[in-house]
Amino acid sequence: MEKKESLDLYKEMVIIRRLEERAAELYQLGKIGGFLHLYIGQEAISAGISSVRQPQDRLITAYRDHGWAISAGIDPKAVMAELLGKVDGCSKGRGGSMHMADTELNFWGGHAIVGAHIPLAAGLALGDVYQGNDDAVTICMFGDGSTNIGFFHEGLNLSKVWNLPVLWVCENNQYGMGTTVDRASAVSEIRQKAEGYGMANERIEGMDVMAVRQEVARVLEKIRKEGGPYLLEIMTYRYRGHSMGDPERYRDKAEVKKWEEEDPIGIYRKYLIENKIATAKGLDELDDEALQIVDEAEKFAEASPNPDKSTLFENIYVEPTPVEYRGYALEHESEEQ
Amino acid sequence: MTRMTMREAISKALWEEMERDERVFIQGEEVGVWGGTYAVTKGFYDHFGEKRVRDTPIAEAAIVGSAIGAAMTGLRPVAELMTINFAFVAMDHIVNEAAKLHYMFGGQFTLPLVIRAVSGGGRQLGATHSQSPDVIFAHFPGLKVVSPGTPADAKGLLKSAIRSEDPVLFIENATLYQMKGEVPDDEDYLEPLGKSKVQREGDDVTIVAYSKMVPAALKAADMLAEDGINAEVVDLRSLRPLDMDPVIASFKRTNRAVIVEEGWRSYGVGAEVSARIYELAFDYVDAPVKRVAQAEVPLPYNAELEQLALPQTEDIYHAAKEVLNG
Repeated sequence: MEKKESLDLYKEMVIIRRLEERAAELYQLGKIGGFLHLYIGQEAISAGISSVRQPQDRLITAYRDHGWAISAGIDPKAVMAELLGKVDGCSKGRGGSMHMADTELNFWGGHAIVGAHIPLAAGLALGDVYQGNDDAVTICMFGDGSTNIGFFHEGLNLSKVWNLPVLWVCENNQYGMGTTVDRASAVSEIRQKAEGYGMANERIEGMDVMAVRQEVARVLEKIRKEGGPYLLEIMTYRYRGHSMGDPERYRDKAEVKKWEEEDPIGIYRKYLIENKIATAKGLDELDDEALQIVDEAEKFAEASPNPDKSTLFENIYVEPTPVEYRGYALEHESEEQ
Repeated sequence: MTRMTMREAISKALWEEMERDERVFIQGEEVGVWGGTYAVTKGFYDHFGEKRVRDTPIAEAAIVGSAIGAAMTGLRPVAELMTINFAFVAMDHIVNEAAKLHYMFGGQFTLPLVIRAVSGGGRQLGATHSQSPDVIFAHFPGLKVVSPGTPADAKGLLKSAIRSEDPVLFIENATLYQMKGEVPDDEDYLEPLGKSKVQREGDDVTIVAYSKMVPAALKAADMLAEDGINAEVVDLRSLRPLDMDPVIASFKRTNRAVIVEEGWRSYGVGAEVSARIYELAFDYVDAPVKRVAQAEVPLPYNAELEQLALPQTEDIYHAAKEVLNG
């Protein structure tokens, strides 16, 4: 990896961390509504995978998607604006925290129903195979919790039956909401579930971005060469609750602290210094730059307007289609005119 | 024009669209080697091959979910659900993905997708395989729901559905597959989605129906004609968007209406259409609108009991007489 690329990777992880910390603050202030699921602690996975994902590789993930949005290349400004529900958000303020996407970047969302995007991923890969995009792999991310729902099994089975080029990646952060993997899953190693579909699989560690990068690059290459699906289970840990409304009664602080010592940003920082790719001072400067980017993103999002009320019914359909009912107030308004 | 069955009309629409556009493909249970459980795709597998006529596992979430994914990449899948009763297994993908992704991501994804499904009872298949839950799917903005009542409309509407940029649930009725009618040969014969159509003109009473209840309503209109009553039959054809214009235009002349549906009455098509009549044409109401629908019971296997529960032509006839006397 070039030096610049190594440093960009570091900065990207710090931006994700700082942006989400800021999002948590804005959530407490009531500026972000709905649910907010933070990715803090898992950044090495989105950063590592995205650094080896090729432009033709489609990416799709679940609702813990801010890190993925940034790693996919969405401007932090558009991410923050989406969190605030503003018109300049990557989904024009219609999606919110759980529904970020940018098709130009081959990032297909941000999906909030647990496991529902897994069959969609099989379809994305089918689209590439059908259209002769032989070099493309669909990367589908999901949590450990989603491997217990039927969609997962239907999607994996189909991908194997049709030999679709999908890299299935389970981000095993060890809790489905507040329930540990062993209390929710019949097998404690998620990768074993791939065995039932005769699918190649592996479990790797996910706190070291360089390791994630290396392993995923190898598996992507294998899929590109040999075709067919592959399941990768990546062990990680989320430092924050499932969402902002999580009282975290299910784990003790010592456990969180132990994992925080394995902090992916800390590990990578150490690596960069030890290998003389960067100095502590240089990295501190990158930290400042990241913070500045987050400050600017916040400012941008605050300044971005709410979507115009006249656009409420935009994009329900592609083709011009009558709205069946505009709600009492709007119907009343148009009657008066 | 060629006289053909509704099955042939649907099959022809699919065939022509697949010939016309490489991006169109079919997937579902037994659509390929078997030739379709209702023989709609007979001969397709040999002609178009396994890439475009895709047999799937019996896994409806995978069938609809992967069709959505493929549509997101620019393909135009036609996903077949053997019956609409199995759509419940794929409900999340129909409701939470197909109907919402375009809006929820600010218009970034388009889903030019058709889901075909067979609805209706009357074939002694028991309660789980005999439902007409069409209206449930029409509840969701973002989805279009279409259900033809004649072979010509079946061809024209299905072709429009396949060419549509939006997700369309195309509901067929198994007991109509043998229904014959004149069908235009034109390969670009399209019927518009979201447009109701007057299937028979008359000035005395308006009968509103769709799908299998259209031929039933037309028969009832024949019976009424023998009594000197001219019934107008309006075929909704689309449940979403629902086009009330021909219904209201008719009602303003007849001042009386019967709404017919094969499914259950509560919260149904009749409820929606009659409410809209009251909202849009209250001053024209001469008698309370009548609804004819399925008795509210899980359909029994026994043929006699099953027919007792299903709406019949005679029911429509009597309901029309009742609104005229009201």
